[in-house]
Amino acid sequence: MDKQTPLVDMRDIQISFGGIHAVDHVSVDLHPGEVVGLLGHNGAGKSTLIKILSGAYQADGGEIYINGKKAEIHNPRDARRYNIETIYQTLALADNLDAASNLFLGRELTTPLGTVDDDAMEAETRNIMAKLNPNFQKFSEPVSALSGGQRQSVAIARAVYFDAKILIMDEPTAALGPHETQMVSELIQQLKTQGIGIFLISHDIHDVMELCDRASVMKNGKLVGTVNVDDVTDDDLLSMIILGKKPEGVAVQS
Amino acid sequence: MQNQAKTLINKLGLDPRLLGMIGALVVIWIVFGIFTEGRFLSPRNFFNVSVQSASVAVMATGMVFVIVTRNIDLSVGSLLGFIGMSVAALQVQVLPDVLGLGHWSIWIISVFAAILMGAVLGAFQGWVIGYLTVPAFIVTLGGFLVYRGAMWWVTKGQTQAPLDPIFRLLGGGAEGTLGETLSWAFGIVAALVAVGFMLLSRRNKAAHGFSVKPAWAEGILMAIAAGGILLFVSIMNSYPIPKGAMKRITKAQGIEYTDGMVWNHGVAIPVVILLVVAIVMTIIARRTRFGRYIYATGGNPEAAELSGINTRFLTVKIFALMGALTGIASIIASARLNAVDVGLGTLDELRVIAAAVIGGTALSGGAGTIYGAVIGALIMQSLQSGMASVGVDAPLQNIVVGVVLVFAVWIDIVYRRRTGA
Repeated sequence: MDKQTPLVDMRDIQISFGGIHAVDHVSVDLHPGEVVGLLGHNGAGKSTLIKILSGAYQADGGEIYINGKKAEIHNPRDARRYNIETIYQTLALADNLDAASNLFLGRELTTPLGTVDDDAMEAETRNIMAKLNPNFQKFSEPVSALSGGQRQSVAIARAVYFDAKILIMDEPTAALGPHETQMVSELIQQLKTQGIGIFLISHDIHDVMELCDRASVMKNGKLVGTVNVDDVTDDDLLSMIILGKKPEGVAVQS
Repeated sequence: MQNQAKTLINKLGLDPRLLGMIGALVVIWIVFGIFTEGRFLSPRNFFNVSVQSASVAVMATGMVFVIVTRNIDLSVGSLLGFIGMSVAALQVQVLPDVLGLGHWSIWIISVFAAILMGAVLGAFQGWVIGYLTVPAFIVTLGGFLVYRGAMWWVTKGQTQAPLDPIFRLLGGGAEGTLGETLSWAFGIVAALVAVGFMLLSRRNKAAHGFSVKPAWAEGILMAIAAGGILLFVSIMNSYPIPKGAMKRITKAQGIEYTDGMVWNHGVAIPVVILLVVAIVMTIIARRTRFGRYIYATGGNPEAAELSGINTRFLTVKIFALMGALTGIASIIASARLNAVDVGLGTLDELRVIAAAVIGGTALSGGAGTIYGAVIGALIMQSLQSGMASVGVDAPLQNIVVGVVLVFAVWIDIVYRRRTGA
């Protein structure tokens, strides 16, 4: 186990909705430059856990430490202040606005007069997109007119542009073709080298085996365990997901 | 031919929906012009329509923001009445006793009181909607009843009149205009500002290396904008003030009235107020964070919340703004009538909602423009004045307006579906 202070340390988190324990005393952590996969079936509680970190939900119990200090995250604005950025599975785009307005939503560039500077935001968006997805051309249309992959690029651009330290990716490749999936993989590698910590939610074992350093598996709202990906096989992970069984002869953190 | 027209519209960068609404307005004017043997197209009628539209149009600009965020405000008509009655009572019964009858500051205090009262009541409704999460439909339906009842309590149902003479100018009429010279000055300044803004925006775009419209297209747009403003001023400046009013005005100014002396109205003050409101609201919608958040919240409330927008407080601000605009509209409406009775503002909420919706504001949220709402109000008022001048019975007028409302929204839905917007 790593002895340095974790970037994120979620301890004993719990939340319930109408008597159902969606997240039941779960602890996970994340170090700088590390990718931690969150695995589990639909309804296992992974998205709910992560929405507590991103401020969309408020935990009923438990604590969150960022860089060893207790963090108070009550809403998405708080999360952004801790440089936590999230790419939601639903993308969370305002369909009636264009790419630049979405990318800068909540932190618009302004002119000296205090009005929003659309031209500057569009220019900046063109720069980012030229690096991230060179095929992206539709800058003046509402994002409802974009393809799934293009919409995903907007959501990803929004998360990485603002100096994220902690990045949450909820099924980032679900809507993507093989080529775009490859681009996301490369992006994750690149962000890792910059010391950004990434929570990657996925139900694709192969994604996790390829991209992640550790994997935390959840089942029915509980944490089955956290393992180093290099120590386990696909089958080990599958039996953790399906049966909730910890692999034998491997260090399991729980 | 059709394709040529399409490419031309594209090159000019015009919004086809805007063209459609202006087209509908022009068709209405021409049809009523034919039926009234030109009376409908007289400067006098345009002046009247512009003044009669002002109150509803001012509120419609606020209703755009309310509807864009998927809310509704049914209380504006009653609120207009309540504010109108309170402010009338203030200037008829309270201020003359405190300051003296005809004191110069009475109108200023009244104006501030009206706007403040609207903003506070609107903010309260917004707080109940945003923070207590009671649906806007219910909260404002409650407001609709409460304000109408409260209006009666202010004076026990007594009509308040006459209003302060300066306050009355805000409602238009023969005296309540800019007059010929000022109207021209106003028109020329407005035209220069419009052209200036278009040049500035073009320069900004070019500075960022974006493609800009061809110079000829920009030139045509500038000519249309400046020409439209000046045409409007010239029409308002060719409606002569009637003899009786002339005698009154010349006497007040100490000028001797002679037969054959002709003064024209010029742009009415309520229309100037409407234009200022429309410009400010357009800037808010397009150029401020507040406006950006309104549209984002309307397009996807969850995404707006996740982007760190405080959508609850946003709701409070939107309803406060709606209330303040209702205060302004109430000033115009009460000043125009020079009296406030308990019926003031009745059914206005429906006119305001209809104007916003005819102007292309989608009840599903996220879409709507300020200019659309203003044109929508003009369409409604033109229909109503037109039918009145042709001699259509009041019940039939309502039937026609109702049918037009549904028809206009259906056209808009078809248009949206076709363009995929």
